[in-house]
Amino acid sequence: MNDFQHSQQELTQFRRRILFSTFAVFLLSGAIFARLAYLQVVLHEYYSTRAESNRISLSPIAPNRGNITDRNGVVLARNYSAFTLEITPDQTRDLDATIDALSELIDIQPKDRRRFKRLLEEAKTFESIPIRTRLTDEEVARFTARRYLFSGVDVKARLFRQYPEGALAAHAIGYISRINDNDLAWIEQEAAERTDQNINYKGTSLIGKIGLEKQYEFELHGVTGHEQIEVDAAGRAVRVLSHTAPIPGNNLVLTLDGALQKTAEAAFGQRRGALVALDPNNGAILALVSNPVFDPNLFVDGIRFDDWDELNNNPDKPMLNRAIYSAYPPGSTFKPLMALAALSQGRRKAGYTISDPGFFSFGGRIFTDDKPGGHGSVDMLKSIIVSCNTYYYHLANDLGIDAIARFMGEIGLGARTGIDIPGESEGVLPSPEWKARRFKSREQQKWYAGETISVGIGQGYNAYTPLQMAHTLANVLNYGRVFSPHLVDAIIDSGTGATRRMGAQPIRQIPLNPEHVDFIKRAMAGVNREGTGARAFAGAPYSSGGKTGTAQVYSLKGQRYAGQNKERLRDHSWFMAFAPLETPSIVVAVLVENGGFGATSAAPIARQVFDYYLLGKNSGGPAPEDVASADEGNVDAMPPPFPLTGADHAVLP
Amino acid sequence: MLSYLERQASRIRAHLDMPLFTIVLLLMGVGLATVYSATQSAGVNRLDNQIINMLIALAIMLAVAQAAPQKIMRFALPLYLVALALLIGVALFGVSVNGSRRWLSFGLIRIQPSEIMKIAMPMMLAWFFYRHESELKLKHFAIAMGILLLPTLLILKQPDLGTSLLIGAAGFFVIFFAGLSWKIILGALLAAIAALPLVWNFVLHDYQRRRILTLFDPGSDPLGAGYHIIQSTIAIGSGGVFGKGWLDGTQTRLEFIPEKHTDFIFAVFSEEWGLLGNCVLLALFIALVGRGLMIAAAAPTLFSRLLAAAISLILFIYAFVNMGMVSGILPVVGVPLPFISYGGTALVTLALGIGILMSIHTHRMLVKK
Repeated sequence: MNDFQHSQQELTQFRRRILFSTFAVFLLSGAIFARLAYLQVVLHEYYSTRAESNRISLSPIAPNRGNITDRNGVVLARNYSAFTLEITPDQTRDLDATIDALSELIDIQPKDRRRFKRLLEEAKTFESIPIRTRLTDEEVARFTARRYLFSGVDVKARLFRQYPEGALAAHAIGYISRINDNDLAWIEQEAAERTDQNINYKGTSLIGKIGLEKQYEFELHGVTGHEQIEVDAAGRAVRVLSHTAPIPGNNLVLTLDGALQKTAEAAFGQRRGALVALDPNNGAILALVSNPVFDPNLFVDGIRFDDWDELNNNPDKPMLNRAIYSAYPPGSTFKPLMALAALSQGRRKAGYTISDPGFFSFGGRIFTDDKPGGHGSVDMLKSIIVSCNTYYYHLANDLGIDAIARFMGEIGLGARTGIDIPGESEGVLPSPEWKARRFKSREQQKWYAGETISVGIGQGYNAYTPLQMAHTLANVLNYGRVFSPHLVDAIIDSGTGATRRMGAQPIRQIPLNPEHVDFIKRAMAGVNREGTGARAFAGAPYSSGGKTGTAQVYSLKGQRYAGQNKERLRDHSWFMAFAPLETPSIVVAVLVENGGFGATSAAPIARQVFDYYLLGKNSGGPAPEDVASADEGNVDAMPPPFPLTGADHAVLP
Repeated sequence: MLSYLERQASRIRAHLDMPLFTIVLLLMGVGLATVYSATQSAGVNRLDNQIINMLIALAIMLAVAQAAPQKIMRFALPLYLVALALLIGVALFGVSVNGSRRWLSFGLIRIQPSEIMKIAMPMMLAWFFYRHESELKLKHFAIAMGILLLPTLLILKQPDLGTSLLIGAAGFFVIFFAGLSWKIILGALLAAIAALPLVWNFVLHDYQRRRILTLFDPGSDPLGAGYHIIQSTIAIGSGGVFGKGWLDGTQTRLEFIPEKHTDFIFAVFSEEWGLLGNCVLLALFIALVGRGLMIAAAAPTLFSRLLAAAISLILFIYAFVNMGMVSGILPVVGVPLPFISYGGTALVTLALGIGILMSIHTHRMLVKK
C-alpha cells in the first residue's frame, strides 16, 4: 500500500465519519426538537397555567370593620388606620439578624420581640407578622428608604380596632384579636352553614373573640375585596391588573345607653358584681355591667404577656362576664316570684295569713327566720315587704318542688335568655329531674323534701345569672309578654344604609293573671317604700318597686351573720327593682359579690341607675334627711302615686 | 492609498466564507434581540456591551480567516503548552470564585485558562495527528488520549464539570476523525459506563451530583437546584407554538428565569418566539455545523480536516448541551448558547473557531497549488 492509497483510504474513512457525524447532528437536533415540541405543544396548556399563576398573585384587601355605637350615637368601637412593620418569615433568611438590623432603624423594644415570637408560634410562616405597630411617619420614611435591604419586610397600612371609651361595657362589646385555629374552624363551619360566599377571611387577621364583636362577627366583618397583582419572582408587585373594592362591615347601633352604663359601672366602684338594666317593654338592654372590667384595647394588636397574665391571674377575674355567666342563688329576690307562683297556681290567696314564730320545723330540721322571734302575723304582702322566710318555708312545702320548678321555668329561670352575646349560662333551676341529671350516684340523685324548703327562699341549689333575674322580672312586669333581651337595636347596612331592627317582637306569652302581676308590683313597691329598699330609695321623686336578696356563699351553720367573716365568704348581695311603678320603663338586677346584706350594697346601685335613667342626673344616692325620714318609717315622705288598698291584703284569691 | 484599501478589502473578502458569515450574523442578530429582551427590565444596558463584544469577535474572526492554516498550525503546540501551564498555575495559585478555582489573576487581568484550552485542545491534537500522519499506530492514539486527558482532568478538578466535558469532547472529536477504531471507541464507552459509579462516588462534587439528581426530579428541590429547570421549562412550555412575542415573555420580564441573559437565554428566546422560533434557531445551528462539516470534508490537509470537523461538531455540542439543559433533558452545566448568550469571552472563542474554519476553506486552493 503506497502513501497515496493510504491517504485515499484515510480520506474515505474520514468522509464516512463526517457522514456519521452529520447523522448524529440531525439525530440530536431531532431530540431537542422533540423535547421542545413536547413542552410547547403537548404541555403548553399546563405550562401556560403555571406561568400565569407564577405571574398573578391574588391579593386580598381586608374590609373595614363595622363600628359599634350606643343608642345615642356614642362610638364604642371604631377603626383607625396606622402603619405597621411586618415580617414574612418565609421570605426572610435570618429572622433574628433581620430584626436586629431593623432595630437600627426603628425603635423595637424587647416587648415587641416577645410579642412577635408569640405571634410567630401561632401563625403560619407565609403570613406577614407585625413586629412594630403604630409607626410614626418618620419611621415609615426611614424604613422605606432602606426597604431594598430587607427582603420579606414591609410597611403595611392596617386598620386597628379602637374602643374609645376604654373599659366601658367591655363585657358586652367584647374585643377582637388575632385569628387562631379555633376561629378558623368556626369560620369554616359558619361559612358552610350559611352557604355564604361572603365569609372570606383572607387578608383579615383579627376576629371577634367575645361579646358583640364575636356574636355579630359576620355583620361587622364586611366582604373582602381583592386585587390581582402581577408579581415578579421575588414577590414584589409590578402592577395591579384588577381591583375589587372590599365592602365595609355593617354598623351596630346598641340598645345600650353609654352614659347609663358609665353611671352603673361607677356605682360599683371597686366591688365585684354585675348589673343588668333592661327596658321591659322590648327587652332592650340599657346597661350590662360586670365588675371588675378590662380594657379591650389591650387585645387589639396582640396582648402583651404581662397584661394577659394580670387579667388571667387576678383573683377578681376581670375577664369573667358575671352578668350572663355567673349564677348566684337569688336569695330573697326569689320571694315575689314564689308569691306569684302561689297566686297563679291558686295555692294561696293574698290575704292568707300565717303566724310566724321565727322558725319553721320540718322533718326534724329547724329552718330559721332572719328576725328572732318572728314577724308575727304575716300575709303575702307583708311577707314580701319584710322578707319573711317562714312564710315561704310553708309555701314551698305546700307547692312542692315540681310546681315551683314548672312555674319558675315558665317565667324564664334556669334557661338561657337568648341574649345576643355568647357565653351565657343556664343557671340552675333545681328539680328532681335536674338532680337526676346533675349527679351520678343514686344517693345524690335523690330529692329530699327539706331541699324544697331551702329552694322556697331562693337558697339551696337555686342559681341564676343577673341577666336571668332581670329578664324574668321584666317578663312578669310585662304581664307575661316575653322579649329576648338584646344589646343590638339595629344593624345599619354599610352599603345601602338600610336599617334592620333587632328583637323588637315578643317571642312568647306566659299565661299570667294581670291582677296577680299588679299585686306583686304593689308588694315590691312596698319594699321600696317601707321595707328593705326604703333607705336606698328614700326621697326618690319617682315610684319604684324592688326586692333585696342575700345569697349564701357559705353556710353559717346556725351562727348569726356577723359581718366580719372573711370578705370572700360573705354573702352575695342582690337587688331587683323596676320603675316607674305603673308603667315600668326600666328593670334592673344588681348583684354585689360578698356584698353582705342586699339593702346596703346592691340597692343603692339600683337607685343611682334609676336616678340617672329617669331623671337624667347622677344622684350619688338618696339625701341624708330622706334616709332619716325613711328610717322613722315615714311612708308619707314618699310620693304615693300608687294606691295600696286594703283589698290587696284580703280580696285577691 | 485608495488602491491599498481596496486591495485590503478584497483580500478580506477573498478569505470570507459567505455562508458561514451570513449564518453567524443571523445568529448574532437573534442574540442581540434576545439579550435586549432579557435585560431591558433590569434597567442595565447590556446591549451596547454585547454589540462591542460582537464587533470585536467579528474582527478576530476576519483576522484569523486571513491567516493560512499552516500559520495557525504553528501556534498549536505553544498554545496548548501555555494553556496547560496556566491550568497547572490555576490548580496551584488560582483564585476561587463560588467555591471553584477557575481563574488566574495577573494584576488587572483575570483569565480563565480553560477557555483557551477549548480552542488549544483540538488544534494540538490535529497538529499531533498531522505530524504522525504517515505512521499512525495505536501508540499515537494512546498518546493523544494523554494529551486529551491531562487538561481535562485538571479542569474537572477545579471543579468545572461542564467545561471539562466540552474540552474532552473537542479532543475526542479529533481522535474520532483521525480514525480511532470503532472497537476501541465502543470498548471505551462500555468501560466508561462501568466506571460511572466510581466517578459518581469519588470524582463528582456534591453540587454536581445534586445537579444531576435534580435533572431527574426538579420538583424535589423547587427553590434550590431545581428552580432553574422548573422556571425555564415553564418559560419554554408557556411559549407554545407561536411564542408570546418579543419583549412579551412574562417569565422573562418578571425575573423568574435565572441567568436569563447568559446560560438560560434560550428560555427567553423560546418563551417569546415559541416552537417556530426554535425551529429557525435549530436550523441556523444545523446550517452552521453543516457548513463546517462541508469545509472539513473539502479540507486539503489532515490538520485542517481534523480541526475543521472537530470545531464544527463542538459548535453543535455547545448548542445541544445548552438547549438540552435549559429544556430539562441534560444536567445544568455552565455552557452558553453560541452567539446568543451574553458574554465576551465565549464570543471570542467562537470567533476564533469560525475564523479557523474560514481560513481552512479559503486557503484550500493555495495549498493544492
